[in-house]
Amino acid sequence: MKYIDYVQLNPFQRAGYKIKNFFVNLPKNIGKFFCMIGRFFKMLILGIAHSFANYGKRFAKGDWATKVSYLIMGTGNFSKGQYIKGLLFLLIEAAYAAFLIFFGITYIAKFGTLGTEHGGFEWVNGIPTHVDGDNSMLILLYGVVTIVVTIIFLTFYIINTKSAYKVCQLKREGKHIPTFKEEMKEYLDEKFHITLLSIPTLLIGIFTILPLIFMILIAFTNYRPPHLPPNSLFTWTGLQTFGEVFSSKGGASMGHTFLVLTEWTIIWAVFATFLNYIMGMIVALMINKKGIKLKALWRTLFVITIAVPQFVTLLVMNQMLQLNTGAINVLLQNLGFQQIDFINSSALTARITVIVINLWVGIPYTILITSGILMNIPADLYESATIDGAGPFKSFMKITLPYMLFVTTPYLITTFINNINNFNVIYLLTNGSPTHESLYQAGYTDLLVTWLFKLTMNSQDYNYAAAIGILVFIVCASLSLITFNLTKSAKDEEAFS
Amino acid sequence: MIKSYKLRRNLSNALVYTILAIMGLIWISPLVWMVLHSLRAEGGSAVPYLMPETFSFKNYIELFTDTSLLNFPRWFLNTFVVACFSCVISTLSVLMVSYSFSRLRFKARKPLINIGMIIGMFPGFMTMIAIYYLLKAMGLTQTLPALVICYSAGAGIGFQISKGFFDTIPRALDEAATIDGATKNQIFWKIILPMSKPIVVYTVLTSFIGPWTDFILVRIIMGDARDNYTVSVGLQLMVSQQYISKYFTRFLAGSTVVAIPITLLFLKMQNYYVEGVTAGGVKG
Repeated sequence: MKYIDYVQLNPFQRAGYKIKNFFVNLPKNIGKFFCMIGRFFKMLILGIAHSFANYGKRFAKGDWATKVSYLIMGTGNFSKGQYIKGLLFLLIEAAYAAFLIFFGITYIAKFGTLGTEHGGFEWVNGIPTHVDGDNSMLILLYGVVTIVVTIIFLTFYIINTKSAYKVCQLKREGKHIPTFKEEMKEYLDEKFHITLLSIPTLLIGIFTILPLIFMILIAFTNYRPPHLPPNSLFTWTGLQTFGEVFSSKGGASMGHTFLVLTEWTIIWAVFATFLNYIMGMIVALMINKKGIKLKALWRTLFVITIAVPQFVTLLVMNQMLQLNTGAINVLLQNLGFQQIDFINSSALTARITVIVINLWVGIPYTILITSGILMNIPADLYESATIDGAGPFKSFMKITLPYMLFVTTPYLITTFINNINNFNVIYLLTNGSPTHESLYQAGYTDLLVTWLFKLTMNSQDYNYAAAIGILVFIVCASLSLITFNLTKSAKDEEAFS
Repeated sequence: MIKSYKLRRNLSNALVYTILAIMGLIWISPLVWMVLHSLRAEGGSAVPYLMPETFSFKNYIELFTDTSLLNFPRWFLNTFVVACFSCVISTLSVLMVSYSFSRLRFKARKPLINIGMIIGMFPGFMTMIAIYYLLKAMGLTQTLPALVICYSAGAGIGFQISKGFFDTIPRALDEAATIDGATKNQIFWKIILPMSKPIVVYTVLTSFIGPWTDFILVRIIMGDARDNYTVSVGLQLMVSQQYISKYFTRFLAGSTVVAIPITLLFLKMQNYYVEGVTAGGVKG
């Protein structure tokens, strides 16, 4: 289809065309995606091979000090007069060795089995005594710690060999060997990114990546009752956890719960994102309408509700929805209606309640974010539309919405993903209620993330929680990949391709 | 003709005013209800009528003086201290990371950006159990530093928004400064940061508000150490089964006390907030 044909379509046909195109191109895109992964691994393997080759080359070509620094770190630098640097390398090596001997080795040794010794009460000389067995959880956690520390150490080790070789080369060529001060200066200019990134990366490594690796590994174990440390052991089970998450055996089966909650999570995310988006934009347009006075007042009225911390408003809302004493039910009664049990009566009521309350939470956000962009739409577009006889509805559908969708696609994607992970609204408003006997540890308004939370906190099904976390991640990641591809193809269309 | 046009405009304006007024009423009423009942003098529990019968500041005074069971002033102070520290640390790390990804060129840049985005897509509190045991191994559980670490350690991952902002600053500025002999360090502090007020304010604002609103991590880390709670968990405790009958009005009073400073702060800074969100999230 040529661009000229494309612009003549109405928005629905355009959307249809894009969706059709998306599915037509899907095999190609999936192919591309796997090619990309393939290329990535090829690059990775080549890179590793390359660095190994370099590693050997540096050893062969370097002088004696370089060769010694392959065993005793820092020798190369030390022998060329870079005392501080050499000492630092040596210290790192000593620290790592101490770490390994006094801490790491015991956990790494048991990492394959996650422990074999059962703890508990045993009869020693006729007296019941508590015997400490292996703690699988700690073995796994500290094993991961040891592996991460080892990777960090290996990085320093490679830097050390490179640095030793470099000073060796400088010496051979008779060039000036930089002093410690000169090198430090470089970290404020040429190598400034290392200075800036080192501390944040270290923090992220310890408190985000390391726990993440740990939890991903948990998904491949049977860490759930009755395999709870410290009194019993858990062990590697491969993909069994994922099988159990999808299985539909028993009364309250995981598989059934997973399906119900996934369906609701997607419905929720769609409503919470697009309803808020469109209604918020309409309110913003009304506030910005020509001839409406007190614009600042109206805006502030809505924005105040964002400014109040979310947990406060949600807890208050929860109280207002209560039977008998909640303000909304009192109001209903005063007006002559029956009281409604918003949260506990039926799945549908609770779900609609949550979506409506979320409108209250979300619309002000959209007003705040879109007001500025809405003002950027050229006013003459609307004027000419009015002259051509378009009503407010038509100009909203034909001008405002396409323009806004084009400009705010990245914002929409992030909002959608945030809504999939929207913990606060559900947890504070309904805490998942109403529950049902066919759902395992969940209720009808639970999202996958709140279920994950309940599985960890209430029933200690850690491996299930980890597996669900991984699945949520896969959904989010592929969603952003798809939308990214869609918007890119949309851009290509605009470029007369 | 002109008259009818005017009439139509007035009619549509009247309609818009009506809709806005109704919606405004709906939006503001929960907050009004909260403030009204926080001033209610009769009884501490929830009541089945809308307007309180008598008003007084009793709930507020008791909130700050009757600390034997639930120590609200202590929680308030805790939250303030944690918010200040984590605000400084997270702002610094976010700005450092986003500046390097936006302005500096080095080999690992692209892979690191991708890794950061991938990590950001895992559900945040999937890792909380592991973090809890790590903190326990460090002997930090049930202490305030643990909270500061939790709120600020991972902050660098959220670099996208401010990177988007830095990307809009023309590179010619850096080049001119480099020709004049400035190092990258000087460019960061003396050129880029002064130009980035909106994004700095945005980052400070969001990271300061974070600790006031989070309650999941606090509950897991603090357990039953009530003296180290922050306001959010504390207020949640007030409406739990055990306390709600006596503490309901105080809960509303506490909510109001927390909401007022944050609301004022936010209203004052809302333009920066909008600029911050749209800088990274909107292409224009």
